[in-house]
Amino acid sequence: MQRLLRSAALRKAAGALATLAGVSVFVFFMLRALPGDQISASLGTEAAGLTENQRLALEAYYGIDQSLPVQFFSWLGNLFQGDLGFSVRAQQPVLDLTIAALPVTFQLAVFSIILALGIGVPIGMLSASRVGKARDVLGQALSLLGLSIPAFLLATTLLTFFAVNFGFNPNGLGYKTFFEDPSVNLQQMLLPSLVLGFGISAPIIRTARAAVLEIRGQDFIRTARAKGVSTRRLQFRHILRNALIPIVTITGLQFGYLLGGAVVIEQIFSLPGVGRQVLVGIQQKEFALVQSTVLVIAASFVIINLLTDLLYRAIDPRVRAE
Amino acid sequence: MTQQNKWSARPVKAFALISVATLVLAGCAAAEEEETAAPTATQTEEPAAVGGNLVMGVTSDPDTIFPWKATQFQAFRMLENVYDTLTAFDADLNVVPALAESWEVSADGTAITFNLRDGVKFADGSDFDSGDVKYSYEAIQDEANAAVARSTLGGVTSIDTPDADTVVLNLATADVGLLANLTGTNLAIVSSDDTEETLSTTTNGTGPFMLESRTAGQNVILARNPNYWGDPTPLDTLEFRVLPDEAAIAAAMSAGNVQLAVFSDPITARTVAGGVTVNTTPQLGYHALMLNARNGVMTDKNLRLAISCSIDRQSVLDTALLGEGEVTGPITSPAFRSDPNARPCPERDLAKAAEYLAAAGSADGIEIDVMVPQGLYAGELEIAQAVAAQLAEANITMNLEVEERGTYIDRWIAGDFVAAIAQNGGRPDPDGMYGRYFPSTGNLNQVSGYSSDSMDKLFADGKVESDPAKRKEIYAAVSAELEDNAVWVWLFSGYSYTATSDTMTGFIPMTTGSWQYLRTTGLK
Repeated sequence: MQRLLRSAALRKAAGALATLAGVSVFVFFMLRALPGDQISASLGTEAAGLTENQRLALEAYYGIDQSLPVQFFSWLGNLFQGDLGFSVRAQQPVLDLTIAALPVTFQLAVFSIILALGIGVPIGMLSASRVGKARDVLGQALSLLGLSIPAFLLATTLLTFFAVNFGFNPNGLGYKTFFEDPSVNLQQMLLPSLVLGFGISAPIIRTARAAVLEIRGQDFIRTARAKGVSTRRLQFRHILRNALIPIVTITGLQFGYLLGGAVVIEQIFSLPGVGRQVLVGIQQKEFALVQSTVLVIAASFVIINLLTDLLYRAIDPRVRAE
Repeated sequence: MTQQNKWSARPVKAFALISVATLVLAGCAAAEEEETAAPTATQTEEPAAVGGNLVMGVTSDPDTIFPWKATQFQAFRMLENVYDTLTAFDADLNVVPALAESWEVSADGTAITFNLRDGVKFADGSDFDSGDVKYSYEAIQDEANAAVARSTLGGVTSIDTPDADTVVLNLATADVGLLANLTGTNLAIVSSDDTEETLSTTTNGTGPFMLESRTAGQNVILARNPNYWGDPTPLDTLEFRVLPDEAAIAAAMSAGNVQLAVFSDPITARTVAGGVTVNTTPQLGYHALMLNARNGVMTDKNLRLAISCSIDRQSVLDTALLGEGEVTGPITSPAFRSDPNARPCPERDLAKAAEYLAAAGSADGIEIDVMVPQGLYAGELEIAQAVAAQLAEANITMNLEVEERGTYIDRWIAGDFVAAIAQNGGRPDPDGMYGRYFPSTGNLNQVSGYSSDSMDKLFADGKVESDPAKRKEIYAAVSAELEDNAVWVWLFSGYSYTATSDTMTGFIPMTTGSWQYLRTTGLK
């Protein structure tokens, strides 16, 4: 048994490493396949006035004067030593920039997921409790709205509405970490979390509704009801607990995506998270910044997947038995 | 194109505008609006109090704080307030003293002697002298340093420093425009004790501000430089706060978090509510349909003229940019402005266009490929579509080659296009504006696609002619040759929109887009 577990863990670890290796190769070469380089990204059309020697000097300055394999293995070698590269634009190590950006995105992701679960699970359960009735129609309509309203539209509208009508725009104050100013920080997370949470709640409503409906029709529920189990206990202890696996799956996936940075939301609400870091890096062709940040995001995704697997085992004894 | 404006159109913008416009229509209070034909100070009725912290909203933080490599709009403009140059522009674009208190030009124009200002110190307290000027200019000339303004000093053969307060620039030939061209931040004077490495992480200029802090992606805070030689700036600190979307800046201004912002989009600028004035300022930059006279069908002058005569520029402006701009000829600088009515077809003239097509042997019409940028600046695609619609009525089919920013720039630099929709920067001096494009030796001549002996002579004459009236005639002739040959189709120049809070005073928006008047800006 121990050996089986060990080999399963090893398989997962090997899979994770292979994923990260694939991501690193893919991102490295994709970035270089894009038109333009850091010189034209930085100078724009002014680059037309450069002499050949000036161009060579700039290539050396930006570290793009080496061949692609040399650049790749030098980046990889540095990664193994904990050096994610250097941002010429910010004049800071990428590691420092990522350490500053990751908590912003993580906080936004956690708040959004909490809001999404707070909205999605109860509404999904309510919808399933009276199929085809008003509460179901309302629940499904809400889920449809969540899916169909583009986040950027909702974000811009809310931002402008509150700023113009109530003078409320904490995001215009400049980002504050929770430790710098907890009150401002929580206010700055409010609207972006609401926008993201509303969007993510839509698939959770649908998943919760479908899962509850499926579980409710099973024999053990009928048996429990026949044994006189109260409705509240039946809903939460028997139905919800058994419906959690698909909800956890969809939540884990959404959380993984959010850790990649909700680029547009971070952009509109001026949150300096990893999504914006990657966006600016791509616009400026800061290869080291993009490569390393994407790798960190991929690693976060892999870790979330592993945690989701562990959560399955915690909430479902059948998974533990397997 | 000079400084790139990073406030380019983003995919979300159109949708953001819908929501913003909805809110406006719903009756939200909007900003007061002033149109400034000539630069005027904003809210100057009350003097600035000494002290206070002003916040300016910007969509991006500077990509460098090293002045010789700064081309990004935000970097270039911010550093204007940290570093000084030998000469500067005033609000009316006259060349005025800066670090050089006065200057004399030799009789033959090949030597300019600058008398430097006394008592100037760098922010670190070290003295400024002629050695710093020589060090800076020679470093800018050195190709290994890849300074972007190297070509401006291309005619400087040597630099003498007879004493600590005097600098002599020796030129290969006279260059009347040089005094104007020395005003740019890319020609900032730095201390001879500093290097690019040190000035990439901190600043050490002679300007009114110095770097206090820089947080990547969030803000740059400048503090008053206690060693500044001029009148101290009223502000204690000046923060450039990064709010990556113009709608976010408008929201921050409405909520009072930000006191100053420059918008590229008029609709967003006008959504700013509560105690804010929006100043509309014409810009020297211009939109054009660049025709590559060395490539494909565009080598035929008659075809180029046919295109020029087929376009109603005002209509394109109204359609693509809601009329926010002015139809222009090649030279946009107020002192040398081209008359847009002095072109072969001042108004759209399809009959004349048909004659030109027939003269080119293409009476049945032609097809041309036109490169269009995507994500480089606002209105690019709309302008291309409006021009294409008008040309279609003249039997000229425009095939739009919409290119991603990077590809567009690569092809633009290589002159690899038949025609291109472009927004180019303007400069106050016409030699600075076009001296790189149209003389055959200009370093952007491969992009312009045109040169001629007469054009070379005109630019050579303009460089050495010191009589302003004669110089004006020379550049009028440049303008005429460009229009008569339909070298490019100049369309219109746009506006910038400066939103200022009623609590601030002393800021003057400039047609160059400069933020140099942050030096005199204060809070009431």
